[in-house]
Order: sequence, then C-alpha cells, then structure tokens
Amino acid sequence: MADTLFIGLSLASILLLVALGLSIIFGSMGVINMAHGELAMIGAYTAVLSGIYLHLNLIAAIPLAFLVTAGVGWLIERLVIRHLYKRIMDTLLATWGIALLLQQAIRLQFGATFFGVNIPGLGTGLQNVSLPAFFQQSWKIGDFVIQPYRSFIILVTIALAVATWALLYKTRWGIQVRAIMRNPEMAAACGIDVRKVSSMTFAYGSGLAGVAGVLLAGFKTVSPEMGATLVVDGFMVVVVGGVGSLVGTAAAAGILGEINGIVSLVSNDILARAVVLALVIGVIMWKPTGLFNFKGR
Amino acid sequence: MTFSRRQFLKTGSALGAGALSAPFLGSRAFAAGTIDVGVLFSATGGLSIIEDSMQKATLMAIEEINAAGGVNGMQVKPVIEDGASDPKTFNEKASKLVLQDRVPAVFGCYTSASRKAVLPVFEKRKNLLFYPTYYEGSECSKNVVYTGSAPNQQLDVFIPWIIKTLGKKKFFIVGSNYIYPREMSKVCKILIEQNGAEWVADEYLELGHSEWGAMVSKIKDSGCDVVLSNVVGDSVVAFYREFKNQGLDHATLPICASVTSEIEIAAMGPEYAAGSYTSFPYFQSIDTPENQTFVENYRKFTNDPKAVTHFAMMSCYMQVYLWKLAAEKAAATEPKAIIGAIGGVEFDAPVGKVKVDPDNLHLYLTPRIAQWQADGQSKIVDAAPAPIKPLPYSAYGETAENLFCTGSGLDSTKL
Repeated sequence: MADTLFIGLSLASILLLVALGLSIIFGSMGVINMAHGELAMIGAYTAVLSGIYLHLNLIAAIPLAFLVTAGVGWLIERLVIRHLYKRIMDTLLATWGIALLLQQAIRLQFGATFFGVNIPGLGTGLQNVSLPAFFQQSWKIGDFVIQPYRSFIILVTIALAVATWALLYKTRWGIQVRAIMRNPEMAAACGIDVRKVSSMTFAYGSGLAGVAGVLLAGFKTVSPEMGATLVVDGFMVVVVGGVGSLVGTAAAAGILGEINGIVSLVSNDILARAVVLALVIGVIMWKPTGLFNFKGR
Repeated sequence: MTFSRRQFLKTGSALGAGALSAPFLGSRAFAAGTIDVGVLFSATGGLSIIEDSMQKATLMAIEEINAAGGVNGMQVKPVIEDGASDPKTFNEKASKLVLQDRVPAVFGCYTSASRKAVLPVFEKRKNLLFYPTYYEGSECSKNVVYTGSAPNQQLDVFIPWIIKTLGKKKFFIVGSNYIYPREMSKVCKILIEQNGAEWVADEYLELGHSEWGAMVSKIKDSGCDVVLSNVVGDSVVAFYREFKNQGLDHATLPICASVTSEIEIAAMGPEYAAGSYTSFPYFQSIDTPENQTFVENYRKFTNDPKAVTHFAMMSCYMQVYLWKLAAEKAAATEPKAIIGAIGGVEFDAPVGKVKVDPDNLHLYLTPRIAQWQADGQSKIVDAAPAPIKPLPYSAYGETAENLFCTGSGLDSTKL
C-alpha cells in the first residue's frame, strides 16, 4: 500500500512540477504557452551540457537551468508574447511556433550542422544525464523501498510549490501578480506596471519549466522531442485544478497522480491513462472552471 | 603584336568553349553510367534519432561501392527522401521514388508501420524494397528483401539459453504496445512453454511511455526471476533507469531484451544496463576484421570518433552490398532480375557470413547473446554455432521442415 501511494505521489510530483509554471503563466497572463515543454527540454539540455563542459552534477545544474530557461522565457516574452496580449489564439500559435523553433535549434545544433560541426551534447541523438551515485542506491525499511531520486523529486517539487506560494502571497511582486490575475485593467489603473510584472512572471514560469526538465532528465532520455507531450499533461492539471489557483494545481496534480498510480498497479498503464483522461473530461463537464477557482474578472 | 585583338578574342572564346564543353560532355557520359537508387529514412521527427544512423550507413556503403568501381560498371547515385517519422509520408515518398524517379530498388524504412505503409507501392509496381530492421515476421512479400532478423533468429537460441544456462523459470514479458512486441511475445511464449518454464505476466506500455514506476513495481511483486523485454525506443531508457532506482539488480533479476542495442545503452548511461542481456545477430563488439573495419570507416564517414554501430544500421550497410552482388549475378538491375538472382547470394558482412534464403528472401543469420558491460559495450556470451534459417511465421508454427513462406509465396492454408 505504501508502495502504491509512493508511486502515485511521485507521479503527482512530476505533474505538479510541469504544471506549476504553466499555471502561473496561464493564470496571470492568459497565455497558453505551448512552448512550456520545450522550455523544460532546454532545461534538460542545460543539465546535459553543463555535465559535459562544466562537469556539474545534476543538483548543481538545477539553479543554472532555472536561470537559463528564465532568460529564454524573458526573451520570448519580450520579443513575441508582449505584442500578442489578449489575443489568445495568436499566442497559442506563436508559442507553438516557438516550440518548433526551439526543437529545431537543438536538433540542428543552432545551425552548426550546416557547417559540418558536431557539438557533443546537442543534435538529433538521445542524450543522458548521469545521476550522482547516492541517487542510484535504494534503501529498504521493512518491505518499503525508499528511492532516493524519486524522493528528491518530491522534495524539490514541494520546495518549489512552497517558494511559489511565498512569492505570490508574501511579496510585493506576488500581490501585483495576483492583482493582475483578478483584473489587469484595474491593476494597471492602480499603478502596477503590468508589462514589467508580466515579463517577470513569464520568466519565473519558464524557469520552473527548466527545473522540471533537469529533474526529468534524471530518469528519461533527453531528446529534442521530449517536451512535446509534457505540455499536454501540464494543461490537464491546470484545467482540473482551476485557472490561476496554486492550491488547485497542487490538488489536481495529487489527485491525477494517485489515480494514475493506483489504476496502473491494479490494471495497467494504458487503462490508467484512459481513466485519467476520462476524469479530466468529467471535471470539465461538471465544473468548467476547474475544482478550485475564484469568482471574478 | 603578332595577332590582332579580334583573333585573340576568337581563339580565347574557342578555348573557353572547349574548356566549358569538355566537362559537360564528360558529365553526360558519366550520367549514362549511373544508376539511381532510393534511400528512404526519417531525417526529421522522433524516429530520426535511429534512422539518421541508418541513412548514413546506407550512404557509406554506396560511397564505398562507387569508389570500388560501382555496380556493373555504373556509379550508384542515391535519391534521398525523408519519411518524416510518419507512415503516410513514407508511402508518398515511396511512390515518388518508384513512379517519378523510377529507381529499381529502394533501401529504407525502420519501423514496421512504415514498411506496412510502403508495401502496397512495391507490390503493385513490382519494385523492390530492401528492409533492414529486425522485425516481427508474418510477411512473405516477393518484393521485399528482409535483411534484419526474423523473430526465431533472436529468440530460438535466447529463450532456451535463459532457461538452461541462467536457470530461470518464471518470465515477466513486457513490451511496447504495437505489433512487433506483441508478435515477439507470441514466439517467446511458445519457446518458454517448449522448454519447460512459465511466464507470469505479459504486459504492455504505450510506445514512448516514460513513466515506469507502476510497471517496475509490478515486476517486483510478480515473483518472476527474469524479465523479457520487447520494449522499443526511448522507453527503454526510462525502463532500465527505473529498474535500478527501485533497487532491482540484473545479477538476480536480469532484463533480457530483444531490442535494447548500443544506441539505447549509450542513451541511458551504461551503469543502468551493466549485467543485463540482449540477443541480436550483430553487436559492435564482434571481434572480426570485417567488423573492426566497418566501425572505423563509419566513424570516419560520420566524422564522429565515438559513433556507435548497431544491428539495424549494420543491416543497412550490408543490404546495399547484397543488392550489388545480386545485380552482378544477374548482370542487370531491374527489380525482377534482382529478385530472381538474390536468393542464395552470400556476403562477408560485419555480422559474419550471411546468405539470402531463396524461399522467403530473409537472411540466414547467427543469433548471438551478449551481456552489457559497464563501459557500454557488450560481451558476447553465447552464439549459435552456425547461421540459422529465417522463419518469418514461427509465431504460427512454422519450422524448417514445414515452411509457410516459400519461393511460390505464402501457403495461407497452414496459418
């Protein structure tokens, strides 16, 4: 039983990790960021490259990946999204285009392949990030096996969720972000620099995607396509949890992760996926705004 | 001045014309001595990770053949198309190669899905496909030369070896959810039961699935003593990593795989696979001069000193040579002539001596079993004494004495 719950919890932590950044960006800016998975992919490649060239291990790559992807996110906001506010379909298309661009940039090694140059760590191939040795062992307490890496992911996710909560509810920036979430015009009228806060929000959300990417790199392959499916999982969580609700996002990740874990153990993973999708459809029909939501706007 | 400006211009232009026309004539003459062949792999999309190396191996073989004088005195010119990891695109590009470029042979396709998508084109137009991948069998086309292995060439030696040499009795079969793993699993079950062992589970995950927590937990609780993996693609990486992270050990509960090759091992990090087994006819570690030359040449060709070679890409290399030998035997390159001549053709490939079976146009190959080492390379621990006959219908009871697929086609009454 403890094993089952642990698997569910680790599934939930990965869902939350991906959804956290997405939720903040979608909630505060109304931007559906299709490039979120690719930002995670950039984070994973940051871990690969910093391992090869700087000899950093996975843990040390986390802050670096946060900074890199936050920077990329900030640039995307500045160059593209800023010009498309309140045009939801256009941002959807634009960010999807950016996703393709980022994938191709990695695949073509930023153009180096055209000159016959091969940069180790980039390109179409599968890359890997090696885990520090202490993450590869496992300890037994009775029948329960503790997996250090899964536990680490869960802890980092909790830490990030708490940090995000603190940022949103305990800082001046957080108050501004929440004000923009509720009513951007009124927030602007009160003297909040919506553009500046929005670009910071986008950068922060992107940075979270980068951290997710590094942690994912620890147990799956790193390839230019790795981000494509992440964004779907992320949106499922955001939609079920309710737009712009941090508690909702965390709760939705927990519920979907545990259900996925239990069904896949009792039956199989393919059925578990179907059950989760059915549940998401059910929630959207029953509560179109998600499980947790504030009234307003 | 001995000649005037006008004269100078005249001579100059005549010289210029001569200089220009010479290579032009040359290339015309050259064009008459070339033969186009189709090369069809995915340069884009998810499968490009593997298919890129397969395309390179194909082009390397063509380059080598050209450098050695070509085929029947003609230089081989590859017409490269991109299947874009999408079966429908594969079908369109195969049609283009066959109808528009009129190539007499196409080398290509990695997945069964892409092969099934292009098959009607080759059968209807009586053209010829060289298919390089180990696959699930159950095909008997006379317009395809299958240069990968049939299921019996991966499993006939492997399963009895697991039971007798490793002493394992309870199999957990796990695979990706599509035709190849499901057909492989059928052959596995027949062999497991024939050899007096049992299987406790037969489970599938979506292709590309990367969350293995629940499945590995199931493996742990199943009471099995060996895992037989038909998992394909980058799922393999997530699987082996989760296997170790949950505290399972290849020394007591080994993963024995039908697909895990050098590519996947490099992608997961060798420490996760060390001690596990794979059965293939070809491994990079095969210690023959032919293979060492092949590995060296491939690294030179790709300009990557660490490039790994693997079974499917070796087949890509080998099959161009098989086509060349058949073309020389038939003294022609028309698909019909090649199909007629290729049965019985032998070649000393990096994998060892191979022979095209005249009955089903698959290859005689030697199954090998290898254990993965900590350096990411394999150590061959056992091998069949001689190449064994390909049996594409072994899942349905085909044996060497009772062939389903013969020179005259498939005997469907036996299915």
